[in-house]
Amino acid sequence: MVRSARATRAASTDSDDHMVQLLTPDGERVTHPDYELDVGVDEARALYRDMVIIRRVDVEATSLQRQGQLALWAPLRGQEAAQIGAGRALAPDDFCFPGYREHGIAWCRGITPEQSARNFRQVTHGGWDPYEYNYAEPSIVIGNNAVNAVGYAMGVQHDGAESAVMACIGDGAMSQGDIAEAFVWSAVFQAPIVFLLQNNHWAISEPTERQTRIPLFRRAAGFGFPGVRVDGNDVFAMLAVTRAALARAKEGSGPTLIEAFTYRMGAHTTSDDPTRYRIDAEVEEWLQRDPIERLRRHLVATGAADEAWTASIDEEAEGYARALREEVVNLRGPTPVSIFDHVYAAPHPLVDEERAQMIALLGAEDAGSLK
Amino acid sequence: MTERTLAKAINEGLRKAMEDNPKVLLLGEDIGKLGGVFRVTDGLQKDFGEQRVIDSPLGESGIVGTSVGLAIRGYRPVSEIQFDGFVYPAFDQLVSQVAKQHARSEGAITLSLVVRIPYGGGIGAVEHHSESPEAYFAHTAGLRVVSPSTPNDGYWMVRQAIECADPVMFLEPKCRYWEKGEVDESAPPAGLFDAAVRRAGTDATLVAYGPSVKTCLKAAEVAQGEGRSLEVIDLRSISPLDVDTVARSVEKTGRLLIAHEAPVFAGMGAEIAARLTERCFYSLAAPPLRVGGYHTPYPPSRVEEDYLPNIDRLLDALDRAFEF
Repeated sequence: MVRSARATRAASTDSDDHMVQLLTPDGERVTHPDYELDVGVDEARALYRDMVIIRRVDVEATSLQRQGQLALWAPLRGQEAAQIGAGRALAPDDFCFPGYREHGIAWCRGITPEQSARNFRQVTHGGWDPYEYNYAEPSIVIGNNAVNAVGYAMGVQHDGAESAVMACIGDGAMSQGDIAEAFVWSAVFQAPIVFLLQNNHWAISEPTERQTRIPLFRRAAGFGFPGVRVDGNDVFAMLAVTRAALARAKEGSGPTLIEAFTYRMGAHTTSDDPTRYRIDAEVEEWLQRDPIERLRRHLVATGAADEAWTASIDEEAEGYARALREEVVNLRGPTPVSIFDHVYAAPHPLVDEERAQMIALLGAEDAGSLK
Repeated sequence: MTERTLAKAINEGLRKAMEDNPKVLLLGEDIGKLGGVFRVTDGLQKDFGEQRVIDSPLGESGIVGTSVGLAIRGYRPVSEIQFDGFVYPAFDQLVSQVAKQHARSEGAITLSLVVRIPYGGGIGAVEHHSESPEAYFAHTAGLRVVSPSTPNDGYWMVRQAIECADPVMFLEPKCRYWEKGEVDESAPPAGLFDAAVRRAGTDATLVAYGPSVKTCLKAAEVAQGEGRSLEVIDLRSISPLDVDTVARSVEKTGRLLIAHEAPVFAGMGAEIAARLTERCFYSLAAPPLRVGGYHTPYPPSRVEEDYLPNIDRLLDALDRAFEF
């Protein structure tokens, strides 16, 4: 039984076949017949900096949760290249619909770590103005955001605008009915959208073979659009493939599914205990494919960076972590009475009545005081 | 003043909204070439094109979920769910996204969209084609729920719903689609969320909405012959509730009956009874009574007449209210 399950896994989901890679785990630059990337030293160093900062911030947020400063955190460790590569491919007027682990893409959109932490401190269910960053609020219900993203993309198409939409989904989402509907709609209407599927191999405790019998990127073919598997720990490959998919969407050729083949190095969230369901050897194996280390090797080997430079980036990342800590521990809100503020955009008598009840019960001062 | 069926009146309301605002888009199953299974969107695709009247793939979560994205982009999507009993695949999108986007974004996103649903029984249909799901939506903060009962309201309320800044569930009483009434295109009869007194009376108040309003008016006519004067209120809006209009009536009559096709248990009648009891306790000569569907799945339509509120059941409840 165990053996057959392992055999299935090897055959169905874990194969590296057809995976686009431009940078090997050893940091060696390789070519791919379909995807070229002309990346200069400055851009490569900027990608490295992004990844180091979001990893450091992620570690800080995890410890803030451990210290009771955040209600929860969903760590992204291991997925830095998938998120930074995809996030840096987006143009300012492209619009992205994230899930809840996309702190790296949020960073690329200009959203600060503190803004990303607001939801996890539960001072809000959102954290930013979606229109300011062209980045929707976090979506916690798996699959919903993909359908919303397709609708937005239909709007872009209707406007005749030259921008595209990205929907962030994962291996678990691929089992949701909403994903099937999002794929059907986007294909039928040739909507300008890229589905960024981060296959991090685990949907909480369930491995990818519990979601699929075939490699996930192959599903796209059945809906009538291309699917491509990318080494999700290779930031160059992620950047190149996402750019190509966005360009394809903008020229009216419809959706693309990008399967970023990566690994969730940490827990699903700070409430999770992965030692109950996965073995250390698997984590060890993925450690050898670390997205940051491979780019560091490449930068050093090509003379684009030295130890002094990487140390300066580490120091800068420390600064972001310190700033996050200071901002989070001082982050207050909401007020009790503010829960009534945005239930509806237009006046609603029941909401007004209940707001008055709360103020009468708590007193105006307490009802209006930040928690 | 022109005489129209309810279906035609809603059609003309949609047409006017589309003429007035290029951001209004319609989407749903079979709404384009066919004009909808009830012909409510008849002729609109021909006149406004396939880009604005979209025959959608067959998937309710997709219909409502893409409406959310279109609304975030600034469109005013008006979607059609073909029948009440088919809305449940969209329930997740309605509760998790439609109702919550405005609050989640702390007001940044204004989700102006309308979901039209033909609802209710009485047309001899098969399973899943006669349900009344309004309480599910009314229970969800962030949604507004309205239901017209006359052609004039159908014409105006659909326009007002499309203009509303919030998402509106627009429930169309399908058994009344073919009934005619005067439509006054010069001015709306009331605000979208205002109740209307359809018949004035002094002895008891009958509260209803959508398909049950006409049933109540007929019952009031019969009761008149038996010497009882009933006031009939058409709520028009299920969420928010115009409690003030009902309270004014109950303070006058002292008796309250609520009728709806949905099952009585945990239905809108329970909410209305509770609120009016709180507001009008000392005016009530009898407890509020409810007449509606039984706690069964919607039955085979050969027996639906015995399941739905009808004149006899309303008059029976009225007798009980007077026996207290």
